[in-house]
Amino acid sequence: MSTPDSVRVDPIDEQPPPTTKDELLPLFRQMLAIRRLEEAAAKAYSQGKIGGFLHLVIGQEAVCSGAVGALEPDDYVVATYREHGHAYAKGIPARPIMAEMYGKKTGLVKGLGGSMHLFDKDTHFLGGHGIVGGHVPIAVGSAFKCKYRDEKRVTLCFFGDGSATIGGFAEGIALAALWKLPVVFICENNQYSMGTPLHRSLAETDISKRALAHNMARDRFDGDDVIKVKRRIGEAVERARETGEPTLVEILTYRYRGHSMSDPGLYRSKEEVAEWRQRDPVRLARDRLAEEFSVPEDELKAIETEVKEEIADAVRFSEESEPADEYFPYVIKE
Amino acid sequence: MPVITMREALNQAMREEMERDDSVFLMGEEVGHYQGAYKISQGLLDQFSERRVVDTPIAELGFSGVGVGAAMCGLRPVIEYMSFNFSLVAIDQIINAAAKIYQMSAGQFHVPIVFRGPSGPAKQVSSQHSQCFEAVYANVPGLKVALPSTPYDAKGLLKTAIRDDNPVVFMENELLYGAQGEVPEDEYTVPFGKGDIKREGKHVTLVAWSKAVHTCLDAAEVLAEEHGIEAEVLDPRTLRPLDEQLIVDSVTKTGRCVVVEYGWPNAGYGAEIAYRVQRGCLDYLDAPIERVTSDDVPMPYAANLEEEVQPQVKDVVAAVKKVLYLA
Repeated sequence: MSTPDSVRVDPIDEQPPPTTKDELLPLFRQMLAIRRLEEAAAKAYSQGKIGGFLHLVIGQEAVCSGAVGALEPDDYVVATYREHGHAYAKGIPARPIMAEMYGKKTGLVKGLGGSMHLFDKDTHFLGGHGIVGGHVPIAVGSAFKCKYRDEKRVTLCFFGDGSATIGGFAEGIALAALWKLPVVFICENNQYSMGTPLHRSLAETDISKRALAHNMARDRFDGDDVIKVKRRIGEAVERARETGEPTLVEILTYRYRGHSMSDPGLYRSKEEVAEWRQRDPVRLARDRLAEEFSVPEDELKAIETEVKEEIADAVRFSEESEPADEYFPYVIKE
Repeated sequence: MPVITMREALNQAMREEMERDDSVFLMGEEVGHYQGAYKISQGLLDQFSERRVVDTPIAELGFSGVGVGAAMCGLRPVIEYMSFNFSLVAIDQIINAAAKIYQMSAGQFHVPIVFRGPSGPAKQVSSQHSQCFEAVYANVPGLKVALPSTPYDAKGLLKTAIRDDNPVVFMENELLYGAQGEVPEDEYTVPFGKGDIKREGKHVTLVAWSKAVHTCLDAAEVLAEEHGIEAEVLDPRTLRPLDEQLIVDSVTKTGRCVVVEYGWPNAGYGAEIAYRVQRGCLDYLDAPIERVTSDDVPMPYAANLEEEVQPQVKDVVAAVKKVLYLA
């Protein structure tokens, strides 16, 4: 399963790890909510209600839900500008996420950050960063604090394959390995840094191999099965928590949409996109619930209706919220 | 009152703040086992161990970002640059992260971090190691910028910087590390945004910071002895926040103003001060404001050229005579 412009991934018929209905159902629901949230955002963007850049995570939901699902509530997450799904998975409700994109006062960061800069202290979500790779050392800093304070807390750092070519990534992973800090680096390899396929960016397209230079543990797998993501990231999280050692994990995934809303994705063939859509993580989870756990169709439909209403409510809330109204109080802390 | 060097004053400030607050730590190249490239951190490793005095590899972008992340999560990092010239490879962390996270998070996360180290030309280290970046950092909302000129100010300002809840760019001057001055034994701090009159005068106000303060004090001596001109030397000590009122009050009194800095002329910080002076006391100005800066060139290596490029006492004297219409 590969095209000239994409890296080779594991075959789709590989057996997914065992799970239970109780584990899979909430993850399915969460992935579906992320999908619907993103679709609603895309619609609002096309209506001119969301401005600026909008980077959708559609197609990569299993990474958001599986990886964050391997954490304890006190653990930290640091993410990129493609972070709505990770924020939702960390426990931030759809309402403040959507209202933030709308630039409203009720937004998660009061209309000051927008789509790319979601931050939430309550859920230990440390952003929302717009400079590719710049947030990797920040995640290492969060892990540094946990070691400094002797806390058994883990930091997950998400970034794209496009980060693998920049200094922040190189220096960040080097320091984490040198100082043995409890951080899991998750490269969401969606195979294109904007419009450039990986093989035109890197001589060695196996990004996980960078770990070898630092004697760091690594892992590399495809990220369509949410349980698989949760298990594999879970191993790295446990390593971080128990030994303080970092891991570099590369998850092969695919975004169905362009890099941002302004990108029609002309650099990819329709066949390639269609091929990846066969592995839709949301549908895979739904099918497994129906087939392996015999979840009745009406139960799944009920969940879908509930999710639809949750996102519709977030949109209504955003539409009806007051515009953002202040920006001076947050420049300097008095 | 004991007389100590600026080096010792900075060391005392870090030592005392690390003693009073376990969340304060020092990180940078050669700060620990080497005892500091300029010995500012002498003895700190022995007292505070590797947990809090952290040697780094050569990776300014990386360790500056580690500082930002640690600060977001409740620690108070002091990040030492061996030279502010090296802050350029970390400027993404200073400007895009440290300065913006409080705003981007709508006040949920603040970044109490100090980026400190020597800045400005030293002796014959040529263009890549002889630059002033205070105008760059002072341009950025979300940052504070401090540049001490005396051991007293250095200690008091650094303690304030470490206790501040915002990112502080703290620029020292290598040529002043050995400068001596009185520093009290008792606890004190110097607040940000409060300038200091280093010499009182009535004929002209010289505004300067860091090493330029000493150039101006030397010029004031010459002006008094040779020309009977009493120059007031005003050191704002922090450029962001800026003690605008002190400057305006001084120029209102003297009617004339010369701003002296070692940075380049184009869009230098002196231009901002000149703007604020005319805004604040135009009716009291008896002459256009003059600026003395380095020449608009990358720093040459040869000692004679290096001296020629930079503000000298004679340049300050000439500018003062110009605003007094004596030239």
